Parts: sequence; C-alpha cells; structure tokens
Amino acid sequence: MSADLATTFCGIDLAHPVVNGSGTFDAIAAERAFGDSLAPGFPFSAFVSKTITLSPRAGNPSPRLWETPAGMINSIGLPNKGMAGFLEHDLPRLAELGVPLIVSVMGTSHEDFAQLVAGVASREEIAALELNISCPNVHSGLIVAEQPAETESLLNVLRPLTDKPMIVKLTPNVADPASIAAAAERGGADAVSLINTLKAVAIDPQTLRPWLGAERGGLSGPAVRAVAIEQVRSVSGIVGIPVVGMGGVGSGADALEFIAAGATLVGVGTESFRDPAAGNRVRRELAEGLERLGFKTVGDARGSALGAPDIHNPAVSGSLTAPPS
Amino acid sequence: MKDGALGALGERVQAPFGRRSCRVTGNSAHGGYRIFSLVDETGPAPAPGQFYMLSAATRWEESGGRPFLPRAFSVARSEPSKRGVRLDFLAEPVGPGTSRLSSLAEGEEAWINGPLGRPFSMPREISEEAAGAILVGGGIGIAPMAILRRGLTTRGIPTRVLLGFRDEPHSGGVDELFGCEEVRLASEDGHAGHRGYVTDLLAVMLSGDDSATAVVYACGPPGMLEAVRLMCAENDVGCELAMESPMACGFGACFGCAVPLADGGYMRLCVDGPVVRGDEIETAAVSGAGHR
Repeated sequence: MSADLATTFCGIDLAHPVVNGSGTFDAIAAERAFGDSLAPGFPFSAFVSKTITLSPRAGNPSPRLWETPAGMINSIGLPNKGMAGFLEHDLPRLAELGVPLIVSVMGTSHEDFAQLVAGVASREEIAALELNISCPNVHSGLIVAEQPAETESLLNVLRPLTDKPMIVKLTPNVADPASIAAAAERGGADAVSLINTLKAVAIDPQTLRPWLGAERGGLSGPAVRAVAIEQVRSVSGIVGIPVVGMGGVGSGADALEFIAAGATLVGVGTESFRDPAAGNRVRRELAEGLERLGFKTVGDARGSALGAPDIHNPAVSGSLTAPPS
Repeated sequence: MKDGALGALGERVQAPFGRRSCRVTGNSAHGGYRIFSLVDETGPAPAPGQFYMLSAATRWEESGGRPFLPRAFSVARSEPSKRGVRLDFLAEPVGPGTSRLSSLAEGEEAWINGPLGRPFSMPREISEEAAGAILVGGGIGIAPMAILRRGLTTRGIPTRVLLGFRDEPHSGGVDELFGCEEVRLASEDGHAGHRGYVTDLLAVMLSGDDSATAVVYACGPPGMLEAVRLMCAENDVGCELAMESPMACGFGACFGCAVPLADGGYMRLCVDGPVVRGDEIETAAVSGAGHR
C-alpha cells in the first residue's frame, strides 16, 4: 500500500502536500492550452495564484528570461489585472478548479496591504492568503521581507483583518531568514513559505550589459535547491507554524528532502515550465519514496532532518573550531 | 477542413496536458539547418502556426547544466504516419538547446508539449475582401510558411510564396519543404533569386493591382517582420506574423514571452500568439529568441 499523502495545512484538508509556487502556473491560461484535459489531471492539491496588487500592472519590459545552468533568471514584474479585475474575472474561474485557493497579494504600504487583505479575505471562494512581502515599503524604503521589524509590524496591521490563514512568503536574500520567519510568527502569521527567487543578474555576452529588461531578476530551478533546503531547515527549526518549502523541486526525491527539512507543503515552480504536469510526477514519486523508506504517512517523515546538533554552526555548538566532517 | 495530419486553419488545437515522449524517426541536413522528425502517437495534429515545446529525453542539461528549459519550435510539416502524426521541425544549431535538438538521432526519444498557441487565421478572418495570400518567410522562419501553404492550398486559396535568405547555408530546407512549388527567392548574397531582401519582393507585390484582395502571412527575423508589418500597414493590407520571444513554458505560466501591445501593456506570445495581427502589436522588432 502506498504511503498516505493526506495533509492538513492551517486547518485546510489537502489530498497531498504538492502545491504550485506563486507565479509559476496560470490555471486559466493552462485551460486555454490544454482544454478539458487539465481538470482531471490537475497537479496541485491547492492552487496559489500569481501575486495580485491593488492596481493593474503591465510588468517589466522584455527580455524577461535568461537560462542558467540548471535554472533560469526571471524578471517578470508582477503583471496582473489588479485586485478588482482579479476578483471579477479570474476568481470565478479559479473557484471551479475544485481545489482550495490561496491568493498571493503584494502592497507597497500597510494601507495597500490592508485593502488587499480585506478585499480578498471577504471572498468565500478563497481559503487562504499569501503575503508577498519582497517589496519595498514606500514609507520606509526598506524591503519588508528583509527586516524583522517591518515584517512584524505589517503582520500586526493585517492580522486583525481576517481569520483566514495568512502565509508569509520569505525571501532568501537575507543573512538570517529564520529571524524574519520568527517575526512573521510573532505578528500572527499562520505559515511561512520559502524560498522566493535569489537575486540574480545575466550579462549579455555580446553587449556586456545586463540582459534583462529590468536588469536584475531572480534565480530559480535546481540551481537554488540546496540553498532552499538549508533555509527551510533553519526556519523549520525556529518557528512553530507550518512551512511551505520550495526551490528547484523536480522530483519526489526533491520533495522528500524538503519534507525532511520540516516542510508541511512542497511547492513546484520552475519544473512546471519544463513539464506542465510535473506536480503529478512529484506527488507519485513522493508516495513511492516514502513507502520505500518505510513511512506510512507523509507526516511521519516530516522534520526528520531537524533536531540533531549542528556542530558546524557556532551558534549551536558554541565553538568556531568544529572540524568539517 | 482537416486532411488528417493538419488541424483546421484558424482553429486552435488544444494539447493533451503534460509533456509526452516521442520517438525520433529522422534527422537530415539541409544547408546549415537540420530537419528532424518526431512521431506523436497520442496527440492531435497541429493547426498551421502552432508550436511545440521540445527537449531531448536524454543528454539534456549535458553542457554545464544547459540546456535546462525546453525550446519552442513551430511545426514545418505534419504528415500522417502509421503510428500517429509525424511532426517535422526545421532547426539551426545556434545555442545549447537548438544544438542538442539538431543532433537528435533516429530512435532517440524527445519530450514534446503541444500543439500550443494561436494558429494562423483564414484569409477571410483577416480581411473580408481577401481572395488570396502572400506568404513571406525569412531564414529559419520558412518553417511555419510551409505548413501554412499546405493548409491554404488544401482549402483552394491562391497562394504566392516569397522566401529570403542571408546566404546559401541559411536557405536550408527550401527544396525539402517547398519542393518544386513556385516560390520567389531573395538572397542577400545573391546566390539565389533577387539580390537583396525578401521585403523588396513584397514591395513589388503590394504595389500590384490585386494587393487589395491579398493578406500577408510572415515569419522571419524581427527586423524582417517589422518591415513587413509597416509595409502592410502603409498599403492597408491585413497581415499576420508568427513571432518568437524568449519562452520558458509555452502555456502561459511564466509570463516571460511578453510582446508590447499597440494599445499598451503586453501579450503573452505563447497563449495570445505566436501568430499575431500586425495592428495588435506596438512592434515586431522585439528582442529575439534569447536562450535558444
């Protein structure tokens, strides 16, 4: 018998732990491409929307993509219809997917975020919200996700606005993601998700100028996986709330690494670009991998890489001289 | 009207969800290009102008972790085969992905996702007065013109074909894909046909009396496409262009293939194109293929 993948996340019962990373799967566009074959094979147990903002955004000038070894850099710039356009046009169609919806929102001030959270949370079709905080606060000029105090104060404003689960998306572009995760938890976040993309630049080999239209972008794919595993493990060791782990997941074995590092859900992102149904393969391989290792449920494997003393970390061992193993 | 191995003109054919493995049944050299063939045993036949995302099932990522992403290829030819639909693709090895695909050997497996995107329209959908079509292909861009010509001819629509090349190596595939059909050629080095640009030939044709009842279809480098677009606009002739833009997914997920729209904002070329009307876009001279 195959291992049981059923997972409860922030009180939401899910058939399995594989979801999409925000902005890596557009279920409405996919329906145009794949028609009726999409719904029966829908690869995710919950669907995370592309980030929406209060006002519509066109996105960044092209080029927006660059292939790297085992990955890619993107600088898309959050094109979206704005909250009103999303709620009117996209939400009714996404609600027909038959899986819980998680809507990702991003604002550049507490007021923006508050309007977004209030507007999105008022819709019963939406099960949870993800807060994309990898953006500057226009008042302080600081990237919210890079500052524990900014993160906590934003959550303090948003927490009273809804009882729906709020997931904070963490950036990997900080020295200590766990300190940001802890701040999110103190502010009342129900979960954290990580990693977002790593800051990256591609140089055009012909002009020796930045290739991307917006100059800087974010790296994703297997190239970032080891970084993501480390960060998910660090965060899982600090917070008591569930963690959504992602970063270069392309197989069930990769997903199992994230679960061992403490993740409750695993996000598939860039791999869906290579195979739109990659999430189905990841889920199948995950069940097989758990069974092979003797786990009856996915929960039994969760966090198995946590807990042991980390002798290389001076903060844990108190020593700067621990030899490498 | 379908002819077995070709979707109807103007009707988007939807792909089965998920990539699937296909056997490589041929790969031959044509000048500096290759034509490789895959047999799709389970998918539907594509409509002219649609594309597939392709990658090799083995030895992908073999060169320092690249290629990583699949590559978008328009179909050059779609033929019935005993085991399904045979898809022919015209390729030039210019980067790690196109080089690996160009090296596919008979018997190997390749991953495909498709057919994808918006196909060419019927001439009457572009212009009510349309009585015939002018096809303009440049370099590797002759590929979708070949399958389009077949679709138009099947419908009995009079079609004239203009093809242009930089030089002889970049004229690969003309004989194979267009055979003895009447095509007018232009080459920048003068090795075949008119010495100069294919748009020189188009200019002559658009100055003729019957241009009022023609529509233009084009595929080629961004500079050529923009020249065609502007010439058609000046002459009030409807046109459709098959474009290319750096693309990671091919089904609307990555938002990478943005092309600026005439009335502001961007379209995603993979789901709103790759075939676009000339007047829909701000310019066809967009940054080209990127990571081919």
